[in-house]
Amino acid sequence: MFDFLKGYDLLGAFWVTVQLTVYSALGSLIWGTLLAGMKVSPVPLMRGFATAYVNVVRNIPLTVIIVFSSLGLYQTLGVMLGADVIDDINFRLAVLALAAYTAAFVCEALRSGINTVPVGQAEAARALGLSFTQVLRLIILPQAFRAVVNPLSNVLIALTKNTTVASAIGVVEASYLMKDMIEAEAQLILISAVFAFGFIVLTLPTGLILGWVSKKVAVKR
Amino acid sequence: MSGVSVTKGAEDAAPAANDLVVLSNVNKHFGALHVLQDIDLTIARGEVVVVIGPSGSGKSTLCRTINRLETIDSGAISIDGKPLPEEGRELARLRADVGMVFQSFNLFAHKTVLENVMLGQLKVRKTDKKAAEDKARSLLDRVGVATQADKYPAQLSGGQQQRVAIARALAMDPKVILFDEPTSALDPEMINEVLDVMQQLARDGMTMVVVTHEMGFARSAANRVVFMADGKIVEEATPDQFFSNPRSDRAKDFLSKILHH
Ligand SMILES: Nc1ncnc2c1ncn2[C@@H]1O[C@H](COP(=O)(O)OP(=O)(O)OP(=O)(O)O)[C@@H](O)[C@H]1O
Ligand SMILES: [Mg+2]
Repeated sequence: MFDFLKGYDLLGAFWVTVQLTVYSALGSLIWGTLLAGMKVSPVPLMRGFATAYVNVVRNIPLTVIIVFSSLGLYQTLGVMLGADVIDDINFRLAVLALAAYTAAFVCEALRSGINTVPVGQAEAARALGLSFTQVLRLIILPQAFRAVVNPLSNVLIALTKNTTVASAIGVVEASYLMKDMIEAEAQLILISAVFAFGFIVLTLPTGLILGWVSKKVAVKR
Repeated sequence: MSGVSVTKGAEDAAPAANDLVVLSNVNKHFGALHVLQDIDLTIARGEVVVVIGPSGSGKSTLCRTINRLETIDSGAISIDGKPLPEEGRELARLRADVGMVFQSFNLFAHKTVLENVMLGQLKVRKTDKKAAEDKARSLLDRVGVATQADKYPAQLSGGQQQRVAIARALAMDPKVILFDEPTSALDPEMINEVLDVMQQLARDGMTMVVVTHEMGFARSAANRVVFMADGKIVEEATPDQFFSNPRSDRAKDFLSKILHH
């Protein structure tokens, strides 16, 4: 029944999906955290930049961002992100685009987490003589992260599915292979089911594990 | 230097070397509300000053301007001879010397009791870990919560949390500690365990500014009572003078309300 799978590197394609997800998740977590820090910073310019970034980026379709990273950054500006093979360049551009896009959502999730931290926590920290970045790094963000594990898990699941957009610039991840197979084999429904199942295998544990982590790390007040 | 000799008429020469906290002609508004009006207040080293007054009179705001958690609109505040700096590294350094104990404790919720008392030492004073832990444990012992060192704040009673907060302030070796209604959020049976710790601090010579409604504490521990109403310091006196013979009508009125129930 699953003969049509022969000759296709299903695992390889999903492995690319996993890699896209992991690298973009790390990138978006770092960049999103910096953006959230800027959003609450006392410097108006930083606040303005972060707000503008989030509002612009999350309102542009991801496909547009990914295509721009390829057409705009690579083909026009020659940005290759340290790679020299076209497959690597596309992969890295896709990670960059996914991270830049997802960071806006990480920032918003974290921002709502920061709002759950009582002002007294920051005041006590400032009163001890901690600097703004120390207050953020040692007191506010650790508590904010604990409060938003679930929203972040949703962002991560959305990111996993969003990696399929990378096929638009030729990254051979799962959905790219799926399109190939659908064209070549007369098994539309089965192929779709296999790939749907593959994504569920990736995302379901993410949600379950992070749901458990969320309870585990919750700050008791 | 302006003449800010509000207290001690006897030694009215230049600002005494003994003056630790000096507020001169401080004004602050919240929008249209003039919360602090021409406040002159000098606190000497080792002095315990209790600030009392009706709700909304500006006691908390006064307290919070001293470590610049609230900025002021005009006037000057200096600590140990140095004017309060603008927000930044300098201010952080100064804040490390001014302890603060809040009504709602504000212990860091994601850190253990021990970590709460070590944090400032490690990150601000750059004390090494062993020394910071030793000091934290001995301070926790001093305020009577040594056995709770590895718990999280939420696992402690209010009285225990407030004593940890006092230990956290003490860990910085502050020159002065500000207390903003430290017992107001506590159940009655826990108030004394916190007041006892504060009494002991006062006896040990700590400079303290205490906003409180605990008149017993004011009587027994304060060197001076500052009575505020409507953003002004209406009266300053020794506790004896103030409680037995208040001069202003506002103070008489206030005392009759709180002492007769
Ligand atoms: N951040 C703020 N913004 C606007 N108004 C404020 C702010 N903080 C305090 N106020 C107002 O300033 C006045 C003085 O407040 P403050 O907290 O200093 O009074 P208080 O004497 O400490 O009163 P309480 O005994 O109720 O604690 C009050 O009328 C209060 O509503
Ligand atoms: Mg108050």
